Amino acid sequence: MMAELPLPVPSPDNQEFWDALTEGELRIQRCAACGTLRHPPRPMCAHCRSFDVEWVRMSGRGTVFSYIVTHQPIHPALVDRVPFATVIVELEEGPRLTTNLVDVSPAEITIGMPVEVVFQRASDEITLPLFRRASGARVG
Amino acid sequence: MLRNQVAIAGVGETDYSRDSGRSELTLALQAIQAALADAGISADEVDGLVRWTVDTSAEAEVAANLGLTSLSWFGEISQAGNVGAALVTSAAAAIHAGLANVVVVYRGVNGRSGRRYGRGEVTGRAGQGSAAFSEPFGVLTPQHGLAMHTRRRMHETSTTERQIGMVAVTERGHANRNPRATFYDRPLTIEDYMESRYVVEPFRLFACCLETDGGGALVLTSTERAKASGRPVAMIRAAAMCGYAADRSYIDTSAVTLAPRLWEQAGLAPSDIDVVQIYDHFAPFVIFALEDYGFVERGEGGPFVESGGAMWDGGALPVNTSGGHLSEAYLQGMNQLIESVRQARGESTAQVDNAQFSFVDTGVGTGAVILERG
Ligand SMILES: [Zn+2]
Repeated sequence: MMAELPLPVPSPDNQEFWDALTEGELRIQRCAACGTLRHPPRPMCAHCRSFDVEWVRMSGRGTVFSYIVTHQPIHPALVDRVPFATVIVELEEGPRLTTNLVDVSPAEITIGMPVEVVFQRASDEITLPLFRRASGARVG
Repeated sequence: MLRNQVAIAGVGETDYSRDSGRSELTLALQAIQAALADAGISADEVDGLVRWTVDTSAEAEVAANLGLTSLSWFGEISQAGNVGAALVTSAAAAIHAGLANVVVVYRGVNGRSGRRYGRGEVTGRAGQGSAAFSEPFGVLTPQHGLAMHTRRRMHETSTTERQIGMVAVTERGHANRNPRATFYDRPLTIEDYMESRYVVEPFRLFACCLETDGGGALVLTSTERAKASGRPVAMIRAAAMCGYAADRSYIDTSAVTLAPRLWEQAGLAPSDIDVVQIYDHFAPFVIFALEDYGFVERGEGGPFVESGGAMWDGGALPVNTSGGHLSEAYLQGMNQLIESVRQARGESTAQVDNAQFSFVDTGVGTGAVILERG
């Protein structure tokens, strides 16, 4: 029996993030009091300590901030998937997401590479925000 | 002020192996017994027990085996393996405050034959909580997250793979002097390192810590009580912990925030330190910690190690003199705490001459202790 990568288990603190993705939008939490964006979602703004939140649609554009490539399938879920790259994308609005690139081989990944979001449905409840090489438009 | 009022009076460990053939509780108890014998203190005097939350041997179980009827100080510290110095800080604070007299810090773990850290078997969270934002994308074990941090910091500071490799080579040289070390009889060259396969890029095989079965323990008491046994003691010049925020920058380690407090408490500067142990779950963090504690400037850690600066034989500041987690054993900081005591007592297999101040970090910023020869 092949293990799978764990799917996200939404909680009341982040349900809206996952709901937005199923609707095809990347929305990030923003403090309604001071306007600071934050990710992953959480109840309190670390800047002003307000509990008031709003959700803002992101452009979906960003750049690779860091990346790793798993070669040894140290987790059962990766046995048939190595070499397997994971990246952190820094959105042009600032927040960073841990994610995967869909159309870039691990050897091609570089820090600073422009990318844009794509949506990959994993189940009725979960759509994952993945990224691909940016199409033409300059980023930054 | 804590300064030198409390000491580590004894240290003990079991053999280090891939398959201990005994329970984690047994490993912990054997190490505790060895540490008490080393300290010249009877188990009857123990009134405090502290442990890693990830350690499976509850204080009550250990107390029952030792025949202790009362504990004045007990508790666990969470996070993961990286809390050894925080536990020493907690124990020292209790003794200094007069709340306990003899506190034992212990660790017993079948890290190879039992649950394996390297496979996420201890830390995996099945996509729940904040792991919903990491595990679904392949950040499944501590080494995935730490590799991500390393890649970005290599980019920022121009640290090279060869420099990271020299951390492993340096530590292996120390292990080759230490009969307790897992890799005692296995040399390692920089060529071996550069030819070794990637586990999680940028970590090659020899950049990763061992997985070890074994136990270790420390006995803390007042410096006055420790010296009464007539044994050499390591006085706690300073001890501090630092919980890190959930929002990690991927650029700095929490040593950046811990360091000023630690140096101020000690009344010392990095240049006063004679020998250093650093939590090397992964080799590059030795470089990053040397920088973030202020032993070298940011970006200079790699060149320092590459030029032999961390080597016992001729280096300006010997680092991980027992072989560390890469080449001695991985007891989540415990074996490095033991080595730091041995250095302060003049008993290491890679002893630094006239070492007065022995520094140990057990989590690249989650906690650190400075010991003084007593
Ligand atoms: Zn705010």
